[in-house]
Amino acid sequence: MSGSIWVLAEHWRGQLSESTYELLALGREIADGLGVELQAVLLGHGAADLAKGLGKANSVLSVDHSSLCEPVPEACAAALVQLIKERRPRSVLVPLTNISMGVGTLVSTAVKVPAANFCRDVRVVDGGLQATCVLYGGKIEATVTMGAECSILGIWPGARAAENGRSDVVPPVEPVTVSLPEAPRVRFKRYIEPEAGDVDITQQDTLVAVGRGMQGQANLALAEELAEVLGGAVCGSRPVIDQGWLPLSRQVGKSGVSVKPKLYLAAGISGAPEHVEGMKNAALIIAVNTDPRAPIFNVAHYGILADALEVLPALTEAVRGKKG
Amino acid sequence: MNILVLLRMIPDVVEELEISNDGKTLDREFLRLIPNETDDHALEEALLLKERHGGKVTVVAPDAPELDDVLFACLAKGADRAVKISGVEPVMGGRAAARLMAQVLTTAPGLLPADLILTGVQSTEDLDGLMAPILSHLLQLPYVDNVTQVTADGPGKTVTAVKEFPSAVRAEFDVQLPAVLGIQAAEKPPRYVPVAKVRAVMKSQHLESAAAPAGVEAGQLEILQMAKPEPAEHAEMLAGDPAQVAGKICEILAARGVL
Amino acid sequence: MPDPATTQYFGLPGYVVLWILTLVAFYLFGIKVAYYVRTLGKARPEKRWDRIGERVGLVLTHVLGQRRLFNEPGIGIAHFLIFWAFVFYATSFFWNLVKGLVPILPIPYADDVGWMAFALEAFGVLALVGIVVAAVRRYILTPPRLERTYDATLILGLIALLLVTFLVGAAAKTRGAPGVYLWMWWAHMVTVLGFLAYLPYSKHMHLLAAPFGVFFSSLRPGAPPPASEGASRFEEFTWRELFSGLACAECGRCDRACPAFNSGFALSPKELVHKVKELVRAPGAGGKFLGEVVRPEEVWACTTCLSCMERCPVLNEHIPLVLEMRRHLVSQGEVETPLQQAMMNLNRYGNSFGQSPRARAKWTADLPFKIKDARKEPVEYLWVVGDYASYDPRVQTVTKATARVFQQAGLDFGILYEGEQNSGNDVRRTGEEGLFDVLRGKNLQAVAKARFEHVVTTDPHTYHALKNEYANGDGGWTGRNVLHSSELLERLLAEGKLSAHRRLDGVVTFHDPCYLGRYNGVYSPPRLVLNALGTKLREMPRNRRTAYCCGAGGGRIWMEDPPGVKERPAESRVREAAGLHGVNTLVVACPKDLVMFQDALKTTGLEGSLAVKDLIELVEEAAAPSERSDSHARA
Ligand SMILES: Cc1cc2nc3c(=O)[nH]c(=O)nc-3n(C[C@H](O)[C@H](O)[C@H](O)COP(=O)(O)OP(=O)(O)OC[C@H]3O[C@@H](n4cnc5c(N)ncnc54)[C@H](O)[C@@H]3O)c2cc1C
Ligand code: SF4
Ligand code: SF4
Repeated sequence: MSGSIWVLAEHWRGQLSESTYELLALGREIADGLGVELQAVLLGHGAADLAKGLGKANSVLSVDHSSLCEPVPEACAAALVQLIKERRPRSVLVPLTNISMGVGTLVSTAVKVPAANFCRDVRVVDGGLQATCVLYGGKIEATVTMGAECSILGIWPGARAAENGRSDVVPPVEPVTVSLPEAPRVRFKRYIEPEAGDVDITQQDTLVAVGRGMQGQANLALAEELAEVLGGAVCGSRPVIDQGWLPLSRQVGKSGVSVKPKLYLAAGISGAPEHVEGMKNAALIIAVNTDPRAPIFNVAHYGILADALEVLPALTEAVRGKKG
Repeated sequence: MNILVLLRMIPDVVEELEISNDGKTLDREFLRLIPNETDDHALEEALLLKERHGGKVTVVAPDAPELDDVLFACLAKGADRAVKISGVEPVMGGRAAARLMAQVLTTAPGLLPADLILTGVQSTEDLDGLMAPILSHLLQLPYVDNVTQVTADGPGKTVTAVKEFPSAVRAEFDVQLPAVLGIQAAEKPPRYVPVAKVRAVMKSQHLESAAAPAGVEAGQLEILQMAKPEPAEHAEMLAGDPAQVAGKICEILAARGVL
Repeated sequence: MPDPATTQYFGLPGYVVLWILTLVAFYLFGIKVAYYVRTLGKARPEKRWDRIGERVGLVLTHVLGQRRLFNEPGIGIAHFLIFWAFVFYATSFFWNLVKGLVPILPIPYADDVGWMAFALEAFGVLALVGIVVAAVRRYILTPPRLERTYDATLILGLIALLLVTFLVGAAAKTRGAPGVYLWMWWAHMVTVLGFLAYLPYSKHMHLLAAPFGVFFSSLRPGAPPPASEGASRFEEFTWRELFSGLACAECGRCDRACPAFNSGFALSPKELVHKVKELVRAPGAGGKFLGEVVRPEEVWACTTCLSCMERCPVLNEHIPLVLEMRRHLVSQGEVETPLQQAMMNLNRYGNSFGQSPRARAKWTADLPFKIKDARKEPVEYLWVVGDYASYDPRVQTVTKATARVFQQAGLDFGILYEGEQNSGNDVRRTGEEGLFDVLRGKNLQAVAKARFEHVVTTDPHTYHALKNEYANGDGGWTGRNVLHSSELLERLLAEGKLSAHRRLDGVVTFHDPCYLGRYNGVYSPPRLVLNALGTKLREMPRNRRTAYCCGAGGGRIWMEDPPGVKERPAESRVREAAGLHGVNTLVVACPKDLVMFQDALKTTGLEGSLAVKDLIELVEEAAAPSERSDSHARA
């Protein structure tokens, strides 16, 4: 439908990604603000079933093609370009993830429409779209306007809560065909699974970090449990590693590794410069400490002045409750 | 293998960034410019490829303050040529950069054809689109992003690019050459080049320069305003008993998409 | 008594036999020595001929006086006796050899001269006692890092044999037993000739090489080697660097003092020197020297603390070896990631923290007064603050205290604000000479604009560089007017510009920073300050020259701990301090020490029993006018 808002329904290995729900939540707001429909675009091969999860959209455009079996940006972009040219949506929301990073830019270039990248928020203002884009590692935010033309919006993970993008409604699905080149220039070969062995904390989205404030190795179980319900891993400050509570591969900081997770929950860590060096770039830092003057509170976004041994189990419970 | 590495100088966020009086652009007076981090990785990957398969690595970069030192460092690391695109105004965004690069690559002598064009997967100022995919479109070349490794079986018509996926999974793609690859990280951290070596290169080698083509269009995006988000000097403290606090954290996590 | 040289043996006169034996022995000796001379001639040149007077002085102290051997008194005395016996026996031997080879010379044998005979007998007996002590030490009470080699046994045996043959011969002479005398005379001469021939092939090569090593040793121990692109193979080292291998007595003193070795890092300074000896013996054998024989981990483990060189009885030079090889690794780009990051930060921002140069003086914002900008107005004291003192939040507390103390003393002082950069001392120790040059150049450029009389810094690393390694640059910098804050505080207290209003009566101990103590000999000023404050100083067993390094120097603070570390140097040090009766404060005079030891307190669990404080904090505590006695509140 011309003039509607589209969301690229990203999926990988048989599952819709979190970003898809986040984009649906945002897309819903924009579509409602403009008074137009929200459509999800599902590109894949044998993945049509996933449309069930896209109920937040008014309808789903489903493309099935053997070249879309695995996410090859060029193929996704080519398919999207054809759809956009045919149907002229008002705006297309594309997630900025490892999977889809270049798709938005490729599409906007091919269809010759403007793109706004790194959006952390998009709003309807006077019937037009305005986006807030995060530049320079978060040091600057730019507000850009998209006019009434078709535009492509690259959306940062976390722009909206994924929660708000889920729905039990099963949306109507419209199968669409596209023609893609027979001999693609980029061909998927195979996946390389991470090596077994200890978890690589640099690759985790969620880290529960423990320091000496955890009092003893026995209490690490509290952190392990929380990490498990959050789907992350446990890491620690150097003294914790020195005392053998955790293996060296879990050390964060100057003499350990630098991490950049979406959530870094620091429990009983004072925030020494050597430690902060390794975690300051985390997207969200929450610190639990009993000392109000602990330097960790200067880098954390949220602080809790409390005993970590009480907060961690409470949080584990709460998260469990929330997940149901 | 003939490899082009495209390098851009971008503002260093270690320094405080200031916004000019128009409220829409960066104040360039106090900026420190440094090479885009992923471009550095692109160079490293190119050098590794050259070490394995031979060939030539050419670095191409739009002129900027401090660029000469950076390009000499590239030569000292092992690049064969360094080409400075002179006469350019500082531009922001991937679209203008891609157009500039595309024009220079196609018009300046001795750059194309190349087997591979490597550049960083993104820069922190690619507001109107990432440079690498735009360039690939302009040059009509295949493109893969988030690449962490490139391998070739000798001089063939394809390379294998390893792309990073979530949860530490990676995937191999066969890519037809020539191609543009957006490098996320080289196989190993970029090499160190000692000061003495850079100085020696300054004496023994020279930088080439290519004139910027006239009239590269800027991006189409209209910037209304730029602002510095208030830096949180101190964490926002959450009060309450453990259960209450846990509830609040859950809300924050949900809002941030972590849950 | 019959003259052994003219007596006939199997129809041959003694002197002929002696000629044959001498020629064989000298030939064997000569070819080996000539080999070494030729081989070292192929190494890089290094000038060690200057200041002959001082060099002679070194020989007197360290060869004739055997000074450093007395650091370990038992074996020190034994070695002293053996050494002096050796001097007399060598003299007597050559004397007798000349007489024996040319019997018609109108001179007596050495042992026929009364005083000589007495000295020989006396030292002979004493040396035998020495040998017993040495043998007991080597075989029964073996200290760590001393090996029981076949070679050592052989040498000890030979020395004993030559002493015994002489003493028995002397006895035979007085008792009138010519047969025994002749046997002993020959046995003695053959033993000594054998010893001589064997010497250059054995570990006791040191006996020959050490005096030269001492004479040609560095007059500024620990100074970086002459400009080079580093060394990885024989020809790339200087002859003096290689010479250490020949002079080494394999005594293990360096290992016993080495923090890297004792912490279980890959490095053993003794092994390193031994590997150099093997390199000189057979350049090119055993694979690539740097890479296969010496692994990069060894080279990176050194903290450049100077303990090994301070302790080495033959004045061997370990640090230049380490620095040459680091330079080579750096030139090849073989630098581990965290160190590389530090280097890049130093190059780009002038500090290893990777922070904005403009944030360098941010700590001054909390002060109740403004510090002069020495680039804009003249000051008496130019305070070069240093990286850790400027950027590390823990040290900033001390830096602010320093400013308050200077202010209180009425000092006319200023800083360079963002004009200052890291002094480059440590980066030079990592082998990145080019970067040191850059940093030195920028700092000299910054001070060129300033007017000042003295330079002061709290950081010993900065102090060392400014004092000793900035002078050959431009700008007329001499380094003569550079003071460490402890020296300045001592002056201020002595001149009454500061006074201890409140005497501190605790018992404290003091850690000598390597670059203040061993490198620059500043031992008393901090102690005088402590004394003036009223504190009682109880020394750690390892103090002053033998102070134990905290482990941060030589760029180690930027590197990762190697896997399998036993006890970090800083941990060993805080345990040493905590073990002192009644001591509850470890006083430091170096920003990095503060960081290292506060961390070590945590990792050793000694937080409750020991506090780490900077000297200046104590000064402020004592000197503060009474209403401000709480001003040093710590973060
Ligand atoms: C050269 C060098 C390299 C280093 N490299 C690293 C490195 O890579 N990584 C690293 O982490 N460190 C490193 N360090 C060590 C660093 O300086 C700190 O010592 C270390 O990070 C402190 O660890 P911590 O926060 O767990 O312990 P502490 O500093 O002791 O902090 C414990 C914290 O827990 C709080 N606490 C106590 N009880 C509770 C409770 N019940 N609930 C909640 N909070 C509580 C306390 O208030 C305190 O803030 C390095 C140090 C040096 C000198
Ligand atoms: S300088 Fe110190 S760390 Fe280095 S070898 Fe000598 S004693 Fe060991
Ligand atoms: S280098 Fe010096 S201290 Fe070390 S073993 Fe040799 S002689 Fe002894």
